[in-house]
Amino acid sequence: MTEHKNIFDKMMTLDRRWVFLFLIIVCVATYVVDFEIPINTEPEVESIFNFLDSLPENDIVLIAIDYDPNNLAELHPMTYAVVEHLWRKKVKIIFTSLSQLGPAMADQAIRDISDSLKVDKTYNYNGVEHNFKGREIVNGVDYTFLGFKPYYALIILGMGQDFRLNFPSDYYGTPLDDLPMMQGVINYDQVACVVDLSGGNITDAWISYGQGRFNFPLMLGLTGVMVSQYYPFLGSGQVSGIMGGLLGAAQYEELADNPGRAKDGMRVQLYAHYVIILFIILGNIGYFMTRRNRLKGGN
Amino acid sequence: MEFSDFLWMTCGIFLTLATFSFLYKDNPFYKFAEHLVVGVSAGFTIIVLWHGTLVPNLFQKLEDGNWFMLWLNSSEWWYVVPAVLGLLMWTRFSKKYSWVSRWPMGLYIGISTGIAIPLEMSNRVNKQLYAMMVEIDWANFFGGNILSTTSGFAQLLIFLGTIAGLVYFFFSKEHKGVFGGVATFGIWILMIGFGASFGYTVMARVSLFINRMQDTKAWGVEAFNASDVANPHYSSMYPIVFYLLVAFVVGYIIKEIMDHLKRKNA
Repeated sequence: MTEHKNIFDKMMTLDRRWVFLFLIIVCVATYVVDFEIPINTEPEVESIFNFLDSLPENDIVLIAIDYDPNNLAELHPMTYAVVEHLWRKKVKIIFTSLSQLGPAMADQAIRDISDSLKVDKTYNYNGVEHNFKGREIVNGVDYTFLGFKPYYALIILGMGQDFRLNFPSDYYGTPLDDLPMMQGVINYDQVACVVDLSGGNITDAWISYGQGRFNFPLMLGLTGVMVSQYYPFLGSGQVSGIMGGLLGAAQYEELADNPGRAKDGMRVQLYAHYVIILFIILGNIGYFMTRRNRLKGGN
Repeated sequence: MEFSDFLWMTCGIFLTLATFSFLYKDNPFYKFAEHLVVGVSAGFTIIVLWHGTLVPNLFQKLEDGNWFMLWLNSSEWWYVVPAVLGLLMWTRFSKKYSWVSRWPMGLYIGISTGIAIPLEMSNRVNKQLYAMMVEIDWANFFGGNILSTTSGFAQLLIFLGTIAGLVYFFFSKEHKGVFGGVATFGIWILMIGFGASFGYTVMARVSLFINRMQDTKAWGVEAFNASDVANPHYSSMYPIVFYLLVAFVVGYIIKEIMDHLKRKNA
């Protein structure tokens, strides 16, 4: 005789592949249907945007592209949003990559953003219209890409003494002293802030060996998995701002009036979260009801 | 986009589908994608370390020396010392001489610890303790946004939550009475923290799927030359490759359904 299963038993034994299928259908449907959802910005992202937006022309920001392709989905949109914002303002950038697959990420971002900045654009943020005249982004003038070196903690400490200690030449083989923007740039003292976009433990090294040792303003762009671990550093003032996952990237895109892949994905995020919350609620109802039935039955 | 780039893009889409197929069940395409990632990562790492570390930091430093002089006649001969220490690590493969590898390992750990302990203690312990022990701003207690980290409520919650969380992990006293109540409050705080991490993790995983959808859409756009800027290299091969992959995927799905029905009827 087959055992009779009520709806709650069925909920508890539901094949998880139905959950995956339902989630995929919702994600694809919400992605295909093009609509916008409002993005509310948070103070931790606003503080990064406001700091970078206040920098004068020709200031230098160090951006650490410390992520591999497995974190590209969340961190690449942040790179695009931050770098484009800085180059629009003619702020110079030193790129490093202390993750071994990071140079390819940085190289791709530099090429794409350089291309997108060749055309005139109008941005509207902080209630003001900003007209950007398209221009050529030049290696050695607008940016320097130092590339990758292993043992990130030692590299971060070394850059505090002199960038040339670990990177006598840039990623493309040009000696740093031959690059116009690196004239007189010795170490972190000449850098307005460091923005670390990271998908791993390198962030810890930037906090302990970088900000803790050399006391520069440090801003983080982190994957969703990591972000809750780093909020205590925001509270203690060791970190000046945090962008968390795709949501953080979407908020920066919203603030800079530069919609990209992050904003494009937020409608999918919203409905995917509704589905997951729905399944969590159903799973809990199923769990408590089967437990109640079991207790009633004396098992 | 040139045709070769489009083929690489198609490979990416195929590997995406192969990886997601694991959600249904394990299969040879998933295994292929998995092994490819591991193999490529290992190969890439070796090349990066060789060209990024050994070549500039060792071989180029010693290039003015001779091998028959063991490079000790090089102007920067002292780089021979870390090279020898590095080679000693390979004694791990010998049962008889594996103890020798403790020398370079000891040196490495000693230097790392010396650098790390003062900075880690200062930045991950002391500064966090200072941040927890700020004076509670009672004037700001009921005003403004209570979830803001600067509000008195949040400061009090951080302080009490930290103490309660530590009490939960104190097992030398039985968790009963007031002590038990504080420990229970501590586990609630921990669970709220884990819940926040879980929520962010869900967002991260969905982000990966969104990225693959965006790339798949971009692949479709390239296949039919439907982007705003026309592709000067576009040819009829682009949609043919697109349809070949789609036919392959649909064919595999039909085969799986047929197998499933056969098993069901057997």
